[in-house]
Amino acid sequence: MSQVSVRCLDLTKAFGAIMAVDQLDLMVEQGQVLALLGPSGCGKTTALRLIAGFEIPDAGTVEIGGQIVAGSGVLIAPQRRKVGMVFQEYALFPHLKVADNVAYGLPRGNGRADRVKEVMALAGLDGLGDRMPHQLSGGQQQRVALARALAPEPEVLLLDEPFSNLDAVLRTQVRQETKDILKASGATAIFVTHSREEAMVMGDVVGIMNHGRWEQVDTPQRIFHHPATRFVARFMGIADFLPAQLSNGALHTELGSTPLPEGLTDENQIAMMVRPDDVVIRPTQTGEGVIIERTFQGAFYLYQVSLPSGNVIHSMSRHTEEHAVGARVDVSLNGGHPPICFVGEHAFLDDTNGES
Amino acid sequence: MQSKEIIKPIVGIFRGLGARNIRPPAFVWIPAILAVGGMILPLAYLVLRTMGVGTEVWDLLFRSRTLDILIRSALLVVAVTGASVAIAVPLAWLTVRTDLPFRGLWAVITVLPLVIPSYVGGFLVVVALGPKGVLQGWLAPLGVDRLPEIFGFPGAMLTLTLLSYPYVLLPARVALGRMDPSLEETSRSLGKGPWSTFRHITFPLLRPAIAAGALLVALYTLSDFGAVSLLHYETFTWAIYIQYGYFARDLAAALSLVLVALALGILILETRTRGRSQYHRSTTGVVRPPAKFRLGRWRWPALALCTTVVLISLVMPVAVLVYWVLRGISAGEPMLLLWSHARNSLYVSGLAAVVAVVAALPTATLTVRYPSQISGLLERISYIGFALPGIVVALALVFFGIRYATPLYQTLGLLIFAYAVLFLPTAVGAARTSLLQVNPMIEDAARSLGKTPWQVFATITFPLVRPGVLAGAAMVFLLAMKELPATLILSPIGFKTLATSIWGATEDGFFAQAAAPALLLILASSIPMALLVLRGDRKV
Repeated sequence: MSQVSVRCLDLTKAFGAIMAVDQLDLMVEQGQVLALLGPSGCGKTTALRLIAGFEIPDAGTVEIGGQIVAGSGVLIAPQRRKVGMVFQEYALFPHLKVADNVAYGLPRGNGRADRVKEVMALAGLDGLGDRMPHQLSGGQQQRVALARALAPEPEVLLLDEPFSNLDAVLRTQVRQETKDILKASGATAIFVTHSREEAMVMGDVVGIMNHGRWEQVDTPQRIFHHPATRFVARFMGIADFLPAQLSNGALHTELGSTPLPEGLTDENQIAMMVRPDDVVIRPTQTGEGVIIERTFQGAFYLYQVSLPSGNVIHSMSRHTEEHAVGARVDVSLNGGHPPICFVGEHAFLDDTNGES
Repeated sequence: MQSKEIIKPIVGIFRGLGARNIRPPAFVWIPAILAVGGMILPLAYLVLRTMGVGTEVWDLLFRSRTLDILIRSALLVVAVTGASVAIAVPLAWLTVRTDLPFRGLWAVITVLPLVIPSYVGGFLVVVALGPKGVLQGWLAPLGVDRLPEIFGFPGAMLTLTLLSYPYVLLPARVALGRMDPSLEETSRSLGKGPWSTFRHITFPLLRPAIAAGALLVALYTLSDFGAVSLLHYETFTWAIYIQYGYFARDLAAALSLVLVALALGILILETRTRGRSQYHRSTTGVVRPPAKFRLGRWRWPALALCTTVVLISLVMPVAVLVYWVLRGISAGEPMLLLWSHARNSLYVSGLAAVVAVVAALPTATLTVRYPSQISGLLERISYIGFALPGIVVALALVFFGIRYATPLYQTLGLLIFAYAVLFLPTAVGAARTSLLQVNPMIEDAARSLGKTPWQVFATITFPLVRPGVLAGAAMVFLLAMKELPATLILSPIGFKTLATSIWGATEDGFFAQAAAPALLLILASSIPMALLVLRGDRKV
């Protein structure tokens, strides 16, 4: 069993009447990357700053490397927490050369220069040591910030929206580089993002936050395919919820019936989650659905189809299948996987097909 | 659950001290409180002392035509402020946003009148425009034997306007240079002409900067002592000085408090009307420089305006001074005394700059980095310093020194302290501005790399704010060089600076003798001033 690097229990922080972080429990194992994902204002950055020591928790504890650093009457200053932080704007020291930026957190003495060289090589910054920060490209600045944070071998690396200042093309590239650097150095990391794609690519574990609480903490695969709440389902992409009735051991929706997931016995407020790629539309004169909107998305068209009940459902079709707004269509489901059912706001998790 | 109860009271202590909920380190808050406390000491003492006099104070004030003085002071403030804005805004626009020929040159020299002290400006106005003055001499062959009266309101207003309009010009230029050009372009694309755009977009966006400058002009006018004395226009400062000279100390103290109240009133009025617009920038990242307006034929009237202002406010005074100095040298007048006066000026002004900056840095750090009720209060108190006229601080310190600090009385220490009180707000302002430009994330990054707050300050924050702090020191140096009333009242007997020697000569009517120290003072002040202007323009 691997060792726990960061553990937060019951972590709470309010700003005035707003609960930024609300009784949050969090655990990261050594070498693991946790992606904190959520909409702006969900408390993810505050959680990160609480761990770094730039905010003081109202309640709860923060433990880094087995030592309590905040809570239970203890409050360790940020500089003694062994955390490395990478900021959104990189926060490079503008008056220091690249090499001096990287060396800043290292103790004086032998080995300092060696370590700087080593980390700079790891981050692909060879030959840039004498440059000033403003002479670097955005991607290079990001790698300097990463190298600087990694140099003192922190217990955990904290990254606050590290890619949001880069343009779309560069972002994909830098994201991959960062992931490689993190894995090569074996670093433990928590990083905050509002991009679901980033969280999927970077995170070994993804935690989705809303209003200062977890919605779900899970592998990227399960977050996407088995969202625990409607919030997660919507956050990870377009999702429609079709009301479903339970009878005769099956679920009946407007678009057909499916077998009942094992153990589901509630009768009220059942809904089936449908992603646009599960919905197939076929134009016919007698179709019960009507296309009310069409959005061109390059390789696909995204249609909004109004059903007889008044519900609107999204459907994704290849760009070759072009239908006019107002056209009547037959709507059917072709998920290729068991449906995800929700009771109220929460998913009914069928443990038999889960991974853990 | 149990841990929560233990933590709550501990965290409660921190909470009062900041939105970031981090307690300021001792090396920040202790000096900050000492500095601001020291700054408010003279005023507090003056209030206590005047209250000690009892209800007689009211009788004194009523008997001594205070209302006349009040009206005269207010009239002068309004006139000088209005005229300064009227001169400065066109100059700012011409030197920043048009293709005016020799823009860089105009940018520097239109600001330079700031280095001419008001007592020098005052006596030059008397010499030039007074009875039997230069102008009347020129006009005499034409049969003009009398000019309109220059003493009183017209002379005081003219002098103070010509010397203080740069206080509006400087912030207006900075604001114009930093303005997001896309705002004006948006207005033009929505069908508004250049004039309408200026009126509805540019000018409203400039208003906070103009208001900030106008505030400085108003306070400068209200606390001016030299010009109003030389031109015999009885405002508060002159009345206070006269009463002090008659040993009517209670009345002097009471008048001082009325003056401070008036200054505070102006300060509060400006803060109220300003709102918060000053601190908001509409764009982040790289700002495009705004497009230059092509003057075309209009460049001739524009050049004429700049030339006139510079001729009257800078060239004429300096030329007159140079003429007198040359005449003095050719007449074999001794210059020896001058050097010791100059040395004294440099010495006390240098010390004042160091003391003010050292006191300002912790204060600024506390108010910028650790916002809380306490630091907000300190900030407001340090701001009050802008409203303290030199003569008031000097009087308060004389009273205080005689009563409680006899060993300090008549020492340079008390004079330096007075300078520090008077110029701390300037130094704090400069330090605040530079600190606001340093992203706190950079400091957080340094903290997370294992450095203590003091190490972070020494290796990261201070190197980054150094240029701004040095600019603040230069400004304090400049102000201390020019300062007259506090220097006059607090200098130890026999200690003469350039300012007091100029004053001594002009008071006795020996204008020619005042020329050499005045010229030296202007030269010595011009160097830091020019550096400040050039530095400011680089930022624009």
